[in-house]
Amino acid sequence: MDAKAIHERLTGRFGEKITGANLETASPFAVVATEAIVDVAEFCKSDPDLAFDNLMCLAGADYPKETPPRFEVVYQLLSYEHGHTFALKVHLPRENPAVASLENLWGVANWHEREAYDMFGIAFTGHSDLRRMLLPDDWVGHPLRKDWQDPEFYNGMHVKPTAQMAERAMGGEKIGVGPFDFTPPNAHVEEPA
Amino acid sequence: MATALKLDSGAADWRVDVDSEEMVLNMGPQHPATHGVLRFELKTDGEVVKAARPHIGYLHRCFEKHAENVDYPGVIPYTDRLDYVASMGNSLGYALAVEKLMGIEVSPYVQTVRVIMAELQRIASHFVAVGTYGMDLGAFTPFLHCLRDREKILDLFEWTCGARLLYNYNWVGGVSHDLPDGFLRACRQFLREYDAITVPELLDLLITNKIFIKRTAEVGVIPVDLAISYDLTGPNLRGSGLARDIRKDQPYCGYERFQFDVPVGKGQFGPVGSCFDRNWVRCVELAESSKIIHQALDALERMEKTDVHEKVPKRVKPPKGEVYFRSEAPRGQLGYYIVADGTGVNPYRVKVKSPCFTAMSVFHVLAKGMYIADIIALIGSMDVVLGEIDR
Repeated sequence: MDAKAIHERLTGRFGEKITGANLETASPFAVVATEAIVDVAEFCKSDPDLAFDNLMCLAGADYPKETPPRFEVVYQLLSYEHGHTFALKVHLPRENPAVASLENLWGVANWHEREAYDMFGIAFTGHSDLRRMLLPDDWVGHPLRKDWQDPEFYNGMHVKPTAQMAERAMGGEKIGVGPFDFTPPNAHVEEPA
Repeated sequence: MATALKLDSGAADWRVDVDSEEMVLNMGPQHPATHGVLRFELKTDGEVVKAARPHIGYLHRCFEKHAENVDYPGVIPYTDRLDYVASMGNSLGYALAVEKLMGIEVSPYVQTVRVIMAELQRIASHFVAVGTYGMDLGAFTPFLHCLRDREKILDLFEWTCGARLLYNYNWVGGVSHDLPDGFLRACRQFLREYDAITVPELLDLLITNKIFIKRTAEVGVIPVDLAISYDLTGPNLRGSGLARDIRKDQPYCGYERFQFDVPVGKGQFGPVGSCFDRNWVRCVELAESSKIIHQALDALERMEKTDVHEKVPKRVKPPKGEVYFRSEAPRGQLGYYIVADGTGVNPYRVKVKSPCFTAMSVFHVLAKGMYIADIIALIGSMDVVLGEIDR
């Protein structure tokens, strides 16, 4: 089935729960209402015409400049039986984002969801083991959010050079950290109001 | 004065089973068989693993954060460092994803050059996988043979683009350097030795070795449905008996022009999907890649040469949109999810679906009930590279 047929099948079954779609972009997707994602995903997996038995990728993304500001979770699905692919998306508010976990449908969702939690702070309700995945357990914050600021300290260690350190270095002292004309990589992002 | 002599054979002391209680064993992060810095927490009862929990992240290098802060071509050197054993495959996937986003179609000449490089890289990567797997299980010699021949491939790469491991070779819209004069001849020379000596030797020395078969053929069996649920791809999936290869299913880079087979695990010495099958699939793929390179070299000779920088854009600025592009890297399906906002020259979001990451996520299911020594056989057979898991 092509993307259009898959989208029609989903809207035919779920109606208003499919809140949007983009079938023109390189990887077509449909936007699903957050509360319906488990039902839609289950249907995608069990329906014999769709038969999406494989979850290829689960990615979080942050869109603070959209109205309303939102997080997205993108599920890339593949059917080994039919060979077609499609993507589902959910939009989450930037305050307390939460969506139901899909680890009971596709086992691999467990780790992908942990990573999305780690990087974006998206809570996956019903997840059996929602811990940090790549960052240390005592890390504070979620660095792939667009309003992320690098911390000054980690466990009492300077992780960002300070103005005083820069002065000492300018005075010829070797202090072993740099670079000193350092601007946070996300300085171009406006603070959320 | 005879006292009653108490006769005791000592057997009674040993009739009771040895006291065993559960113990949590830390394996790694510096364990040589974990292929990088990977730590397992194993709950053991004697030699049997009751539960296992992998801990990853020791090599986390903020790839996705970095990618948002450099321009599109600037991401390519970072992709090289994901799976540092198979850099060509990583940058190829990324370049193709951005090209798809921008609607660039490179010339058949450049495509064929990319295929040759990707397949040579697949051979080099499988050499490391199979060689170190043998070493993990105690066979040292095949490893040396594999690395000896891998050197020859790295020499070809160095001759072409100056680097031996991290190439920055596949650019958006082309490749960094054209093949040097005489490359075709040298590559054919390499393949002649490779086909005649290396592959048969490897099969003789390692794969058909009785001890090797006994160690691997009944261990770590992954049924197909489990493999699909946990998104195992590449040789791990084909080892379970499902013949799926993105080069066949959704050809990119002109792979549809080449004849090659997709090997699957057959379970010659045990159940289908065992460690042996996964490793055996890699060995057969060594020969299949050679077939592809032969055809690509022939095609290249007949082909009109084009400038390899012809389609490289002055400024890589894709229109607003998003793409999920998957390609068949040596370790399985490598997917790039790229979002372009249409205004900046930096990617808005880059997410890598790494085949090793998903392969490692099934580990706790398989490890249950295994012997500790078999854990080593299992990790090696999944062929994980930690640089790609941790990104």
